[in-house]
Amino acid sequence: MADGVLETAAPRTERAADAGGRWAVVVHGLRTYRLLVWMWIRATLAYRASFAMTVVGNFAATALDFVALLLMFSRVDVLGGFTLPEVALLYGLAGTSMNLADLLMGSMDRLGSRIRDGSLDTLLLRPVPVFAQLAADRFALRRLGGITQAVLVLGWALAHVDVAWSVGRVLMVPVMVLTGTAIFAAVFTAGAAFQFWAQDAAEVQNSFTYGGKAMLQYPPTVFAQDLVRGVVFVVPLAFVNWVPALWLLGRPEPLGLPPWVAFLGPVVAALLCAVGGLLWRRALAAYRSTGS
Amino acid sequence: MLYAAVATGSFRRYATYRVATAAGVFTNTVFGFIVAYSYIALWDQRPHLGGYDLPQAMTFAWTGQALLAATSLMSGGGIAELQDRIRTGDIAIDLHRPADLQLWWLAADLGRAVLQLIGRGVVPLSVGALFFELALPDHPLTWLLFLTSALLAVVVSFGLRYLVALASFWLMDGAGLAMIAGLAGTFFSGMVLPLPVFPDALAHTAQLLPWASLLQVPADILLGARTGADALRGLLLQAGWAVALLALGRLVQSYATRKVVVNGG
Repeated sequence: MADGVLETAAPRTERAADAGGRWAVVVHGLRTYRLLVWMWIRATLAYRASFAMTVVGNFAATALDFVALLLMFSRVDVLGGFTLPEVALLYGLAGTSMNLADLLMGSMDRLGSRIRDGSLDTLLLRPVPVFAQLAADRFALRRLGGITQAVLVLGWALAHVDVAWSVGRVLMVPVMVLTGTAIFAAVFTAGAAFQFWAQDAAEVQNSFTYGGKAMLQYPPTVFAQDLVRGVVFVVPLAFVNWVPALWLLGRPEPLGLPPWVAFLGPVVAALLCAVGGLLWRRALAAYRSTGS
Repeated sequence: MLYAAVATGSFRRYATYRVATAAGVFTNTVFGFIVAYSYIALWDQRPHLGGYDLPQAMTFAWTGQALLAATSLMSGGGIAELQDRIRTGDIAIDLHRPADLQLWWLAADLGRAVLQLIGRGVVPLSVGALFFELALPDHPLTWLLFLTSALLAVVVSFGLRYLVALASFWLMDGAGLAMIAGLAGTFFSGMVLPLPVFPDALAHTAQLLPWASLLQVPADILLGARTGADALRGLLLQAGWAVALLALGRLVQSYATRKVVVNGG
């Protein structure tokens, strides 16, 4: 199945190269990504019962964090000065963005083992961008379970938080989800680039993706100032939800930043994606196969 | 002796993955900070929640990270390989070997766990002690009890994972069951939240389930919530579950190897 897809894609590469446009390469990559994803979806749906079970399992696995929050709130009324709906809002935003990014390109963390067993070289030989192939590799449709869980919590939170809704505030919600997804996608990309020189260290990237999600689901007031500074200025995960959501809730920005910082999310995401892309190109260009 | 050699071999095999171990330590440490800070917020509101004071809660948070890899709370650990061998039919070769299947894998898992207890346990716990006030024991005997409890935790964990792996003899795809087992382990071991913090009825039940042996019991011994006779009762509970699960594993194994036709090839 994969070969068929790739053969039809081949002439397009040449055309893309002829045109010489970077844009054409991007379009070609996206098209390949779509075809590969569709192939994996059909493969997944061939085993319906197994698919249903893994979706439910994925739902339950991500729900566990929320159950922990509910258990905490069964003992306290506020956590770090935030009520349950407010924490649920942070949880829902972080979870939705992270799980979406995980669905779209979570398979990138298999790169390290692909380098080790040499199968990356096969991907390099195909006339298709390696990035698209890796991101679509074993596309895990089951992650819809986790996305559903996070979206449900987000919906519940939006219905229960005390916010004076205006057009701007309503618009902020989808902007936050998209920004967050882009930020986490950039982190996945940077993590994949990192694996080129630290093949066995794939787990480090979990600190920033899963660890980031775990951290962002709590209010910033819970953490030490230095840690908050780290996720605002070093790895700007705070723009996934903390900074914009605090504006939405009418609370002061963490670290006392001016209120307009809340709207910088898309800019930060774009910058981070650019950095991620650059790191990826650098790392891929420097790759030398062991040849074994 | 054969099984000692298997355990040593497994220890050395995992010892070669130095970069992966370092990466794991990094991740455990990051998560340790996140969990510790969330507990600080919780204990700030309810200072004696679950009978722990703040240093004890901090100790629980970091012990969880220190034991995570060794007890394979969230994953199959080395046993995932056994599951694969059953699925592919390679198990037929293993059954021909002049060694007992269960003891072989137990030895291999113990070798792995001892390496990961040292390699992935010491650093997170030390970092935790450096940045937070922990309730670590002064008496060497308590440390010895804790290490015994941690080893029993590994055996109980092995007993559970071995049963999950054996289920592959009947299930074509054991991934779903492994996932559910991982979830139960994460939730009922205290990894998500210490069991005493759960609502009372749930907490009492969960304390008796085998998963409590994986983290709750060793952590309670280390942070001083279980002392004297209570600590010994904890060890007995773990030993009881270890024996029961190993016996059940043996029963299932003998049934599986007699009844099941391996689809090798």
